[in-house]
Amino acid sequence: MILQRKDVLGLEDLSAEEILGTLDIAGRFRAVFDRPVRSVPIMRGRTVVNFFHEPSTRTRISFELAEKRLSADIVNFSTVDSSFKKGETLRDTAENLAAMKIDMLVIRHSSSGAARYLAEVLKCSVINAGDGAHEHPTQGLLDIMTMRQRLGDLRGRKVTIIGDIAHSRVARSNIWGLTKLGAEVTLCGPPTMVPGALAKLGEHVKVEHDLKRAVADADVLNVLRIQLERGAGKAFPGNREYHRMYGITGDVVRGLKPEAFIMHPGPMNRDVEIASEVADGPRQVILDQVANGVAVRMALIYLLSGGDPGALAGGAQ
Amino acid sequence: MSFNEKAVIMNAGEMARAVKRMAHEVVEANKGVDNLVLLGVQRRGVPLAKRLGEAIRQVEGREVPSGALDITFYRDDLSRLGPAPQVSSTEMPFDVNEKIIILVDDVLYTGRTVRAALDVIMDWGRPQAIRLAVLVDRGHRELPIRPDFVGKNVPTSQREIIKVRIKEIDGTEEVVVGEVLE
Repeated sequence: MILQRKDVLGLEDLSAEEILGTLDIAGRFRAVFDRPVRSVPIMRGRTVVNFFHEPSTRTRISFELAEKRLSADIVNFSTVDSSFKKGETLRDTAENLAAMKIDMLVIRHSSSGAARYLAEVLKCSVINAGDGAHEHPTQGLLDIMTMRQRLGDLRGRKVTIIGDIAHSRVARSNIWGLTKLGAEVTLCGPPTMVPGALAKLGEHVKVEHDLKRAVADADVLNVLRIQLERGAGKAFPGNREYHRMYGITGDVVRGLKPEAFIMHPGPMNRDVEIASEVADGPRQVILDQVANGVAVRMALIYLLSGGDPGALAGGAQ
Repeated sequence: MSFNEKAVIMNAGEMARAVKRMAHEVVEANKGVDNLVLLGVQRRGVPLAKRLGEAIRQVEGREVPSGALDITFYRDDLSRLGPAPQVSSTEMPFDVNEKIIILVDDVLYTGRTVRAALDVIMDWGRPQAIRLAVLVDRGHRELPIRPDFVGKNVPTSQREIIKVRIKEIDGTEEVVVGEVLE
């Protein structure tokens, strides 16, 4: 068994073996996308509920596609059109769902720890699709998968994450996953968004407030979205100042190692954290990230449902 | 799964002769090799398909393309536990539409693997026909599936296990029968 657990709540909990095993399976699911029929029947008759308590387009669609390509039955609901509006608590909503016999719950929530809370309450598997500023494990996995496709083994590779690290669940999942696989992580952004204490997250994590120095020997730049809707604007004087000091412009890219590439979890604020010239340029791998996202979600859902590719070798007769 | 080995039922020479005979039968039944492709079921079906292809080339003097089929995501026993992970993949180096596919596996038992393999192939396209070649048919079918080409028929009890060992995977070349240890 690659994943011997009921839930995936964050990359902090996963071992390097679990991460690499999941990515191997994700690679096999990616191969399925190139066929005329892009789904496999393995999850037929299983029910997955996507519970989004925060706006999301990309992650929700990616989970939905992953579930459909596994032939699972799916139910989507978001707070906008649910009984949350009538004052029902998170636990009551979740227990009602469980009473309807579901096999898996995918949850996106604005509060850190919401996924873990539900995982403790519910018997079914829970996948964290992003909880507050805590973790976004599927984004972390798809980022790592994209890096490994280009770089192979990540041991000793240098990854620079730029943006609002303090409030970013994407950054935290990246940091946990990357350091477990032996990469060296540099965090960069204004001191209001990248407190020096973040370096305590790991032996191979460092903080560098100067963008030029932070990217000089990087193999990968993971450029985070400035979350203007979460009040990120208060942490710096204005979008133009942010772009001038921390934006990834054509000039920044020209100063990188020749094979270094740029990632962004989307949606992009063009000409704030990333210049259009770079976002549309030859060095970015943003659409690879999107495609890998569906594959890693398929892999996690499959593995948490008891999927075991090893059964093939032993029980094929 | 541990088992107590009882007897060698095919040695390397017998395996090679069986594959050679099956090659002749495939060519005869198909009246040549037009449109013919071979698909081995992961894992031991894959080297067996390559060998069958090589034997057919020696008979007919023409290459027959060969691919690999992974049925993991088509199994009907998702939640049963098994041994350590074994990652393999599907390699389909040809368009399956209008082809005559010879599906190759080492042992035919319940028929469930073949059922899954048929579904995988259908998701790649619509072949003209699919035929089944197995090195060993041990009986005990649970589905209405029968082989077209058989290396050796081996009557077994359900407590027994048939193990095909292939040089490329196991280092040795033999077919053994054993008893499962509880």
